[in-house]
Amino acid sequence: MKNRFTSTIVKASLATAFALTSTVANAEGSLSIYHWFEYIPQEVLDKFSEEHDVEVTMDTYDSNESMLATLKAGKLGSYDVAVPGDYMVEIMRNGGLLDSFEPAELSNFDNIMEQWVDVGFDPGRKHSIPYQWGSTSFSVNRDMYEGDINTTGILFEPPEELAGKINMLDSQGEVLALASMHLGIEQCNSNRDELKALNALLQEAKPKWASFNSDGAKDVLVSGDAAAGMIWNGFSAKARNEGANIEYVYPKEGLVVWMDNVVLLKDAPNRDNALKFMDFLLEPENIAAITNFAQYTAGVKGVNELLDADLIASPETNPPADAPAGSFVAVCDEETQKLYDQIWTNLKK
Amino acid sequence: MKSQSNSQQNNIVPANATFHNQKNKLLLPAWLVIGFFLVVPVLMMLVYSFLTKEFRGGVIWEFSLAAYDQFFFDRGLFGDEPAKIDWTYIKIYGRSALQALIATLLCLVIGFPTAYYIATRPVRSRPLWVFLITIPYWVNLLIRTVSMKFLIRDNGPLNTWLLQAGIIDQPIHLINTNLAVQLGLFYSYLPFMVLPIYASIERFDFSLSEAAADLYASRWTTLRQIILPMVKPGIIAGCILVFVPSLGAFLAPDLLGGAKNFMIGSLIEEQFKGNAGNWPFGAASSMILLIIVLLVLLIYARNESHAQGAR
Amino acid sequence: MNRTHKGLANNMSEANLSIKRYPGFFAVTLFCLFLLYAPLLVVMVYSFNDSVSITRWGGISLRWYYDVFNGAETAKFKTAAWNSISIAVLAAISSTTIATLAALGMIRSARWRGKSVSFALINLPLMVPEIVTAVATLIFFSAIGFRTGYASILIAHIVFCIPFAYLPIAARMQGIESIYEQVAMDLYATRAKAFTKILIPLLMPGIISGFLLAFIISLDDFIITNFVKGAGIETLPTAIFGAVKQGIKPNIMAISTLMLLVSVLLVCISYIVGRSGSITPKKE
Repeated sequence: MKNRFTSTIVKASLATAFALTSTVANAEGSLSIYHWFEYIPQEVLDKFSEEHDVEVTMDTYDSNESMLATLKAGKLGSYDVAVPGDYMVEIMRNGGLLDSFEPAELSNFDNIMEQWVDVGFDPGRKHSIPYQWGSTSFSVNRDMYEGDINTTGILFEPPEELAGKINMLDSQGEVLALASMHLGIEQCNSNRDELKALNALLQEAKPKWASFNSDGAKDVLVSGDAAAGMIWNGFSAKARNEGANIEYVYPKEGLVVWMDNVVLLKDAPNRDNALKFMDFLLEPENIAAITNFAQYTAGVKGVNELLDADLIASPETNPPADAPAGSFVAVCDEETQKLYDQIWTNLKK
Repeated sequence: MKSQSNSQQNNIVPANATFHNQKNKLLLPAWLVIGFFLVVPVLMMLVYSFLTKEFRGGVIWEFSLAAYDQFFFDRGLFGDEPAKIDWTYIKIYGRSALQALIATLLCLVIGFPTAYYIATRPVRSRPLWVFLITIPYWVNLLIRTVSMKFLIRDNGPLNTWLLQAGIIDQPIHLINTNLAVQLGLFYSYLPFMVLPIYASIERFDFSLSEAAADLYASRWTTLRQIILPMVKPGIIAGCILVFVPSLGAFLAPDLLGGAKNFMIGSLIEEQFKGNAGNWPFGAASSMILLIIVLLVLLIYARNESHAQGAR
Repeated sequence: MNRTHKGLANNMSEANLSIKRYPGFFAVTLFCLFLLYAPLLVVMVYSFNDSVSITRWGGISLRWYYDVFNGAETAKFKTAAWNSISIAVLAAISSTTIATLAALGMIRSARWRGKSVSFALINLPLMVPEIVTAVATLIFFSAIGFRTGYASILIAHIVFCIPFAYLPIAARMQGIESIYEQVAMDLYATRAKAFTKILIPLLMPGIISGFLLAFIISLDDFIITNFVKGAGIETLPTAIFGAVKQGIKPNIMAISTLMLLVSVLLVCISYIVGRSGSITPKKE
């Protein structure tokens, strides 16, 4: 007994010594990234680190909102860049959490594709550059369901065969946006009858859903636990590559489009390196490596030639000619947002 | 305990309170650490629960009861109907409490015999058994829960095996049910029941069982009337350690239960990390939980110390 | 507690073994172990899966073990594992020490005003939902200008480990009659001596239980750690949560299996060391 304790104490003091040496953070020549989980290959970070002799540290988050919460709780000032989604860029911009830059500060600014320069959430790209974009819709297992799938009705008014075998993303914005498209109503709506219809639609659909799961959205499709599932396009491509006979749907009612962006955070401790990193990500070669990894789409010119062959040909990134245009999740004002929060709570209560 | 049963009951410190005069010194580290690093932050949260919500997370420093109002009163989807009692959140609390209770009972039913068995092993091998119980917990909870999910899938190994063995003729549908949530909670917290009970049974003097047997008490009578009362502190400790964390757990409920209904843990999580971004409401919800649990524990502790004083 | 007494007790209990035994308890124990280890079997088996999916079997392969030691993220996971284990050991030692002293103050004292409040205070970390502790602690740390990093994680862990260590130790202490210390003190042992020489050995199963519970709860914590950790510091749970966002890959299964292996090794070593090193007779 005694020996065990002495040995633990020795181990503990070693650990303390280690602790003291490991917390050294060097403000010179460093870059601190706040990034999504599992969204950038380590090799790309290493490459940047080597090219610019900058020590890169990265923290990860699991949702736009949890990133916002952490920054608001006091982490603003410890990160240089973050990677929020479209609507979150607008929220952060409105909330004064972003620093701005001039296009001239980025030598590769002109590499941004035209349609992604003047975007609604950051007109003229004063705070952000495009990272990856994609769509959110759903996929259906063709072994389990052979009928017509080209409609959001698969999720919201499912046929008998699919009832109880549907997984939804646990994401308020995307679920409510897709449901609104199903009803053909505007997002950020304050029309009472339409909102009541939205509420009723979800209430009725809920018993036919098996689960809400975002992280496992791919796995439930691969394992066959779900016959249909709401999912992001790149994630669906990965599920298909793992052997699931699934088809990603571009429903006629519409689908959600999203774009993640690299933003310059307010009070960034290493503003110069942050801009270097953004410039680095605007090089086709670097952003292509990320696209190949994440299987989404970059917003930079000249990337296409550098992509993997099966990604170029993948149905998840090549919508059919008659596919509807997608729309971003809209950012509502406070009063309207309250109504949507209420509908979501009603759904999950 | 028993040897002093009829000792002084007056104001003189009883002889069994061997460290009574040192208590402040002994308790100081715990008070300081928890007081500074937890009570202060929790008090801040208490203040937050009475502030105005900042849109999309954060607070505005203006007094408001909106968070508590939202918890207890329902004013309809558009907020203009007359206020009536809102059962939404109360139901979520009730549901979570029920799940936690069932998980605690499951842990007790499995954990007590296990702890008892370990305590009756030869002295040398007991630590090995204790380690055997804790080794699985070196694997991350998320991974364990996901593997559990894999096992109990409709066409997963458990069902395949049961079907092959001829025990069932239809797969048991467990995944995304309440039972799966209870199983998950049970699995998350089992050692928290076994170890405290073990620590307290290990002390049990089995010559008492023998004495009982000599008096023609059956094994089960002995268990109920002699052993259980003696190891009560361990059982209570185990129940607290399983029940309270189960109340706020959200990983097992979300992954195994399908996240279709909020539990306390996911409700509060949503207020800070979800779309709602309603910090005052999240703070208020956790204060309500905290107050309920605190009251129960205080009543227990008070009864306990009364009982102690009465002996 | 001399040898004769011990021998006598042993003989007696051996003669009456059947009294101690309850039919079915062994079966329940086996069932309990089965429940605990069955999911781990899945983890182990799938760590050898050749496919990238955890739900589809693609044949046996060691590629994920190779990946763990030679992949792009090797360094990250190595540091993360080391951080996790060192934090868990330090947090468990500190919280067990604090909890043992606190249990002594609580259980070995008469009634006093505020005793139940003190009990509630010690158990407060259990009662506050983790996400609230996480947000509140982060706000608090940044308010007092405490730099988040290894130290902030460690402090947060010590705090929430205290009740997990306290409850088993206190439960054990309630079962030990104070007559032992009293006799020692009557024989002119100081309080400190009575505590370290008499009570601590008697308390050992409780202390070990408390230590182990504190250790595994610290080793497993994600929510609080994720909030209070500084940029670039990872523990195993935060690294694992980070890696499974796109579905659990078999490399995580391989890492988990290796963690199991480490724990089994540590147990074996401590058993062997304990066996050869300690000849201190134990009570009973």
